Amino acid sequence: MSQQAPQEIGQLSFGLMDPEEYREMSATKIITADTYDDDGFPIDMGLMDPRLGVIDPGLECKTCGKHSGSCNGHFGHIELAAPVIHVGFAKLIRRLLRGTCRECARLCLTEDEKREFSENLDRTRALGQDLNDVTKAAIRQARKKDRCPHCGEPQYDIQHEKPTTYYEVQQVLSSEYSDRIAAAMEPDEDSERVTPTELAEETDIDPGRIQEILSGDFRPREEDRKAIESALDVDLTEEDMNKLMPSDIRDWFEAIPDEDIEVLGINSDRSRPEWMILTVLPVPPVTARPSITLDNGQRSEDDLTHKLVDIIRINQRFMENREAGAPQLIIEDLWELLQYHVTTFMDNEISGTPPARHRSGRPLKTLSQRLKGKEGRFRGSLSGKRVNFSARTVISPDPTLSLNEVGVPDRVAKEMTQTMNVNERNLEEARRYVSNGPESHPGANYVRREDGRRLKVTEKNCEELAEKVEPGWEVSRHLIDGDIVIFNRQPSLHRMSIMAHEVVVMPYKTFRLNTVVCPPYNADFDGDEMNMHALQNEEARAEARVLMRVQEQMLSPRFGENILGAIQDHVTATYLLTNQNPHFNETQALDLLRATRIDELPEPDGVEDGEEYWTGRTVFSELLPDSLDLEFTSSAGDTVVIEDGELIEGTIDEDAVGAFGGEVVDTIAKQYSRTRGRIFINEVSSVAVRTIMHFGFSISIDDESIPPEAQAQVDEAIEEANERVEELIETYERGELESLPGRTIDETLEMKIMQTLGQARDSAGDIAEDHFDDDNPAVVMAESGARGSMLNLTQMAGCVGQQAVRGERINRGYENRTLSHFEENDLSADAHGFVEHSYREGLNPKEFFFHAMGGREGLVDTAVRTSKSGYLQRRLINALSELETQYDGTVRDTSDTIVQFEFGEDGTSPVEVSSSEEEDAVDVDQIADRVLESEFQDEREKEQFLGETREPTNLSEHADDWWLAQSDD
Amino acid sequence: MTEYDVSNDIEAIVEDADLPRRLKDEVYETLADRDVTTEQADEIVQATVAEYYNSRVDPLDPVGTVSAQSIGEPGTQMTMNTFHYAGVAEIDVTQGLPRLIELVDARKEPDTPMMTVYLEDEFAQNRERAHEVVWKIEATKILQLGDVSTNVADMLVQVALNEDTLRERWPTVEDPVEVAEEIAATIESKLGVETRQRGLVIEFGPEQPSYRDLLQLVEELREIVFKGIEEISRVVIRKEETDQGEEFILYTEGSAFGDVLDIEGVDASRTTCNNIHEIHRNLGIEAAREAIIEETMNTLEEQGLDDVNIRHLMLVADIMTNEGTIESIGRHGISGSKDSVLARAAFEVTVSHLLDAAIHGEIDELDGVTENVIVGKPIKLGTGDVNLRMTSGSGEQAD
Repeated sequence: MSQQAPQEIGQLSFGLMDPEEYREMSATKIITADTYDDDGFPIDMGLMDPRLGVIDPGLECKTCGKHSGSCNGHFGHIELAAPVIHVGFAKLIRRLLRGTCRECARLCLTEDEKREFSENLDRTRALGQDLNDVTKAAIRQARKKDRCPHCGEPQYDIQHEKPTTYYEVQQVLSSEYSDRIAAAMEPDEDSERVTPTELAEETDIDPGRIQEILSGDFRPREEDRKAIESALDVDLTEEDMNKLMPSDIRDWFEAIPDEDIEVLGINSDRSRPEWMILTVLPVPPVTARPSITLDNGQRSEDDLTHKLVDIIRINQRFMENREAGAPQLIIEDLWELLQYHVTTFMDNEISGTPPARHRSGRPLKTLSQRLKGKEGRFRGSLSGKRVNFSARTVISPDPTLSLNEVGVPDRVAKEMTQTMNVNERNLEEARRYVSNGPESHPGANYVRREDGRRLKVTEKNCEELAEKVEPGWEVSRHLIDGDIVIFNRQPSLHRMSIMAHEVVVMPYKTFRLNTVVCPPYNADFDGDEMNMHALQNEEARAEARVLMRVQEQMLSPRFGENILGAIQDHVTATYLLTNQNPHFNETQALDLLRATRIDELPEPDGVEDGEEYWTGRTVFSELLPDSLDLEFTSSAGDTVVIEDGELIEGTIDEDAVGAFGGEVVDTIAKQYSRTRGRIFINEVSSVAVRTIMHFGFSISIDDESIPPEAQAQVDEAIEEANERVEELIETYERGELESLPGRTIDETLEMKIMQTLGQARDSAGDIAEDHFDDDNPAVVMAESGARGSMLNLTQMAGCVGQQAVRGERINRGYENRTLSHFEENDLSADAHGFVEHSYREGLNPKEFFFHAMGGREGLVDTAVRTSKSGYLQRRLINALSELETQYDGTVRDTSDTIVQFEFGEDGTSPVEVSSSEEEDAVDVDQIADRVLESEFQDEREKEQFLGETREPTNLSEHADDWWLAQSDD
Repeated sequence: MTEYDVSNDIEAIVEDADLPRRLKDEVYETLADRDVTTEQADEIVQATVAEYYNSRVDPLDPVGTVSAQSIGEPGTQMTMNTFHYAGVAEIDVTQGLPRLIELVDARKEPDTPMMTVYLEDEFAQNRERAHEVVWKIEATKILQLGDVSTNVADMLVQVALNEDTLRERWPTVEDPVEVAEEIAATIESKLGVETRQRGLVIEFGPEQPSYRDLLQLVEELREIVFKGIEEISRVVIRKEETDQGEEFILYTEGSAFGDVLDIEGVDASRTTCNNIHEIHRNLGIEAAREAIIEETMNTLEEQGLDDVNIRHLMLVADIMTNEGTIESIGRHGISGSKDSVLARAAFEVTVSHLLDAAIHGEIDELDGVTENVIVGKPIKLGTGDVNLRMTSGSGEQAD
């Protein structure tokens, strides 16, 4: 590999190309439409000419001498027999034709107007607004002129027939002029007959000439025609459509002076208008249109090649015919055909023209189609790139990992490498990796010698190669525990969808995650797959570790609270641990804490039956930082009080330790550090797992059943509601129903029925709820916020309730009824989708059908929503992606336009302030208290508090012992 | 110099600190409350500064992308259900994702325009007075004031006005006939026909007896707005608890913000509407920015996503109003007016952007994000915008 100085693109300029330039850059002229000869070799000056680049491995490029892969390919060219129009510029060509003089080709604007427009243009350009508005106005102004202000030539209208035909519309003397004059001279209701003499007098034309005109022997000149027209008030003209051939247009455009073009916003240095009419067609290099060899040995050409074949064929026929002196009609037909092929070569989706098709009937994918759209060159290949050093597989949970870690299958670790720069200090280590070979785990796959030569490490040469490794070499070693990698789950909706993890190499085939990182990734384990990327330089690794590691992303910038935290069973477990504050003996308490760093229990809370016991809250308190003070309301409804790191009272549940804003987690992450937060979450989840193993937790259908007397109550409540609905309907039918303000009577009835049935479901739910014990697993989950809600429970045990489509009771189906089971115009509850059974009882067929209707709406809604919100997200990101805060606190885009003088009006980071609470980001009172009361463990903590030293952010998980030793709590 | 009771030394310390005014005042307040030594004060100030720095956005933070994600991500959790009753049960308003899309699109006319009209003084307290404002705002068609019938024999359209309705609507007018006269005058001017009025009955017909013309007149009569603002089809009065006590508030279906502000009794300082363009026209760009923030926040709140930080919405509103006019987010607005050809081409309508660029001879300076991704250079955001290099060799610290 050549070690050239890396080159960087400074800027890109756009412009049209001169035909001469095409010829110059062309490697060869293409004259034959054939590609390969019978032996399978490319034909010289054919479409696959070897000078256009190589695609077959092993061959050498005739132009640059490089081989396939390193040769980018070279353009060729086709000399077109006649000029053709570039479709992309059809509109602009029309505008230019309309705006410039047909004789002198100058822009039909006076000097003053020109100046005005070009000033206007400069202003719009400086403001960065759309130039087209100004140029369109200039053309509109120029079109108004009947005559050219420069040469006085009368101007005619230009008609454009899509896509590429232009006509000049002239008013010429009608062939039946004599008849028209005669008709006009005949007397009508309110005028006398005009005699030829009178006409001659009025028009100043010689009477003899008038006679000749009348007889049709003499065609009046233009001024005579006008005179007769005005004298007799007749129209003697008819439209004459004169087709402008591309060659005419080209000649016309060539004459447009540079300064006139500038007024129309065209940059005359880079783009001359005549270049919009092609005389030479560049032929893309073969590398841009590779042919593929099918299984049967047949070659299949690219769509572009097919199109080029067509162009060359017609081009040749055109030339032959012209040389043979074929009639004009045939030439014009061929010209049009050539135009069609060149047009579809550039864009095959032009409205009004049939698309060029492949033999199979599939429309060809030509140049425009290659660039456009999601899979096109721009969005598909340039903005989204494929990468090496990436892996993708199914994920599965592993509660023994830290949230910062990811379990990587050994087979992945052996494939993905990290580059070691060998020096004296790591020489031994590097040799060890190499000597392990590529097959056994902490091995190496490649080495690079000092001279830049890359060698593959194989089972055979590894021992030998290990000896040779010297300082200065590079060793591509396998991933090992502690390496940092980037981990991602699509859709990447927010920045927490891509985070850095530390590697833990593991057996089997899946990536392993701690369950607490599921919320930021929005992952579950029902078959989700995730991607991993190994970082390839120290800068990237350092940035990933400091900025992207999971613990650093603990707080979401969307709502400024923690997004990591206990989920599902963890929440259930902490609830079980703290709600009833159960007692544990020493063995049990130590067992709960065994996966944490705590190995000593505090003073027991008391003695029971001669045995010391510890309460659940005491066990939980062990995980809290010693100086934590907090008070808030839990989702179970009680007040949680934490004083000096002791949980005094209250239930620890979703609101305390849950993801999405658990108070305790949030406070620790903000007031202490992200590292402390990570340790806390990890320990809460380990204790939770132990706790739930201690208590045991399961749920079954029986847990939702209610006693028969409760069931009777529920039935009664629903029956009552049904009666009330009947009453409402009767009132309505009697016409006595009073309508709500602004609603019709029908709407009022619907609303009242919905309300009644809603209440019925709620009361059924209340009845069911009364019969559940507090230790009912479904109740525990709903109360603690772990999973499910009271509504879910109501639907399972009480009554499913009204099914709705578009926010109304179900009203669709047959004429005036929902199903043929009901009578027409039946307004009752069950005829419009009220499900009075519970999920546990089971739904009857009609109910089931209505339930499916409601469910279907939900599914459709989700499907529509994902596409809509995806597009919204794309647009938002595209519009805002360039904004960045500056050192002076302003928010600017990359061209330095100020968008905000201070981010969010106060410059506060959205990560640091919770949006749901009205608290200041900086609490001076609290700071003062802390300073005055000197609640510091040691000097270091104080220094950190005063901002003199900073907490290290790049510490690996494995440095925890060291970190904890620094600040012991 | 300050009004707080602190020593000069402390004052000097606080004044020297790199803190905004608001925080300095807070520090003074805190220090004045406590008995602190100068040393302690210094530490408190130092800790406050540390905390303040900590709470600020980092320089070179890509706040744009973060804000875009913070609004886009909850979009996946919103409902598509268009119509729902917002606050007022009687008026349907577009909600959820469609409304959010409508806002960032900066549509000229919202799907369901509405206004919230606050009233002044006694108009806000007295239902009768509030009703007076309603009559001025709500479009009143003649059809609503009486019965219209056609007399084919005499080729006449008869409008029989309902006396009770007129008395209810114009309680101050003694004789309803006066109102009828006014109505007749309106009909004459709007339809260009002669009318005859007998008491509360207005009669008129086409100039030449023609059955078609007669029906035509009836059709046109339906469209005539006699009183009120044409765009506003319905007004709902509600008594609500606000920070100014209990008062009457009007909610309207349809909006004509500029017209309503001029009506007597309307509190122009609090009245709003959900059409950001109308607000822009009448109150200017800053008000429009405020309206965008307010409306997006309300839309998110309605969906239970009120935890989205308002700073993100501010940034979106700021970029939409940055040019002094409201620009939409998308190809017709911000994304379509970017400097870079490549960025525009990579967003939407790829080919025409490239062709235009060629004609105008544009130069892409490769400043932005998308362009640099395309050409494979590091982007100038975040850590890519820092030009710092570690000096190699000597371990000494450069100062």
